[in-house]
Amino acid sequence: MKKISLNNSYKAVVIGGSAGSFQGVVKILAQLPKGFPLPIIMCLHRLKHVRNGFVEALSIKSVVQVTEPHDKENIKKGSVYLAPANYHMSVELGHSFALSTEEMVNNSRPAIDITLSSCAFVYKEKLVGILLSGANKDGALGMKHIHDRNGLTIVQEPTECMIDTMPKAALAATEIDYVMKVDQIVEFLKELDKQYR
Amino acid sequence: MLDIDIADLKRISEFIYQKYHYDFRNYAMSSFKRRVLRIMELKKLSVEGLLKKLNDSPPFINEFLDELTVNVTEMFRDPSFWRVMREEILPAIMLNHKQFKIWHAGCSSGEEVLSMCIMLKEMGVLHDVTMIATDLDVNILERAKAATYPIKNMELNEKNYIRFQGTKSFKDYYQEENGMAVFNKDLLMNVSFRRHDLVVGDIFNKFDLILCRNVMIYFNQTLQNEVLKKFHESLFKYGYLAIGSKESLIWCDYANRFIVVNNEEKIYKKIKD
Ligand SMILES: C[S@@+](CC[C@H](N)C(=O)[O-])C[C@H]1O[C@@H](n2cnc3c(N)ncnc32)[C@H](O)[C@@H]1O
Repeated sequence: MKKISLNNSYKAVVIGGSAGSFQGVVKILAQLPKGFPLPIIMCLHRLKHVRNGFVEALSIKSVVQVTEPHDKENIKKGSVYLAPANYHMSVELGHSFALSTEEMVNNSRPAIDITLSSCAFVYKEKLVGILLSGANKDGALGMKHIHDRNGLTIVQEPTECMIDTMPKAALAATEIDYVMKVDQIVEFLKELDKQYR
Repeated sequence: MLDIDIADLKRISEFIYQKYHYDFRNYAMSSFKRRVLRIMELKKLSVEGLLKKLNDSPPFINEFLDELTVNVTEMFRDPSFWRVMREEILPAIMLNHKQFKIWHAGCSSGEEVLSMCIMLKEMGVLHDVTMIATDLDVNILERAKAATYPIKNMELNEKNYIRFQGTKSFKDYYQEENGMAVFNKDLLMNVSFRRHDLVVGDIFNKFDLILCRNVMIYFNQTLQNEVLKKFHESLFKYGYLAIGSKESLIWCDYANRFIVVNNEEKIYKKIKD
């Protein structure tokens, strides 16, 4: 694991997760420094036909209210977003969201690869990508795109994951800057936050 | 790995516009890019190869359109939307008009149209409604007319129907033949399917209700704005417009000519000419 000197040039954090990631996400959102300066864009696998309930569950302990963006909604600093049920979520060059009902990718809609790859394209080296626990390989290609465009990549420590297929697939697909437990990811985000103060 | 830059995407949409008069120049970039890459992968073509093929073999354009457009759909998508249609919107329309007209813009393979027909039949008003269902993609319209779908899709459709709380058994509406669900054609008796392009096409009729769900998400805001003007003109005063549950029109110029009737289900009503 190499040590990257953090700075305040980052523009967004994107998080992917699937089976076993819920607790981790809740913890990250609960311990997020107040006034965290970057948007957090999350794509988590979820039931395709349950529209309500998930953002509410994630928001309970979160420092910031989580929202599911509308198509074309502008991305705001410090907001936390979740890909809505049954839609893929991408980011456009002008920093707004674009939703789509395209075919499932890796058996998923929303697919993590789509969110991660579009973020990589838009934010390039100014992106932090985090991939958590999960039971399939969705997100591995997206992490590769982030790395290829010089973004920073983090996966959850496989031994800590309820199901380690997802982080392991990312580790096999590309170079990952940090392998961290959720607690370390929280510390990382606090460290990142300090760069902006 | 295949990639394509914005300049090349612009060359492709410009070329298609000049040669075939389909206008993708104002489609949302992220999905347009994925669709073009998908076609290049499928056909094993480079950007130059794709442009050459589009130039040299005109019949290829239909196949290209079929792949480019996102046709994914389901019956009774968002069951809560359909319940609001049945319990609030259609009764409100029928209060003033015994006979009325519905436009399904971007109907894809017809699942949404069939859902409407099933609902109208259960309400006992199927005979009173004239429906026009349009799409850009001719291949998909053929599938819509056939009203025949892989049986494996029925599990999801039936689940949606049950959550919609339809009054029949879903299986009453189709017969199984060779792994396909063949829907009862009488359902479509008042529907006419037509090719129509929302971007370059003209206004062709007036309606009491327009459904255009999950179509304008593929457009950028400039284009959404233009298309909303067309819908406004195609609606009778106090007519309704329904868009997808995650779409919004609030930033469009014509937004103030509509009121929000149901924000959760994204149903709007035209209140000003
Ligand atoms: C995802 S489907 C929507 C199906 C259905 N309304 C639903 O919500 O499930 C989008 C459809 O819009 C059509 N479409 C895209 N651009 C169009 C245009 N310019 N004019 C008419 N239809 C268009 C596509 O061919 C596709 O069938």
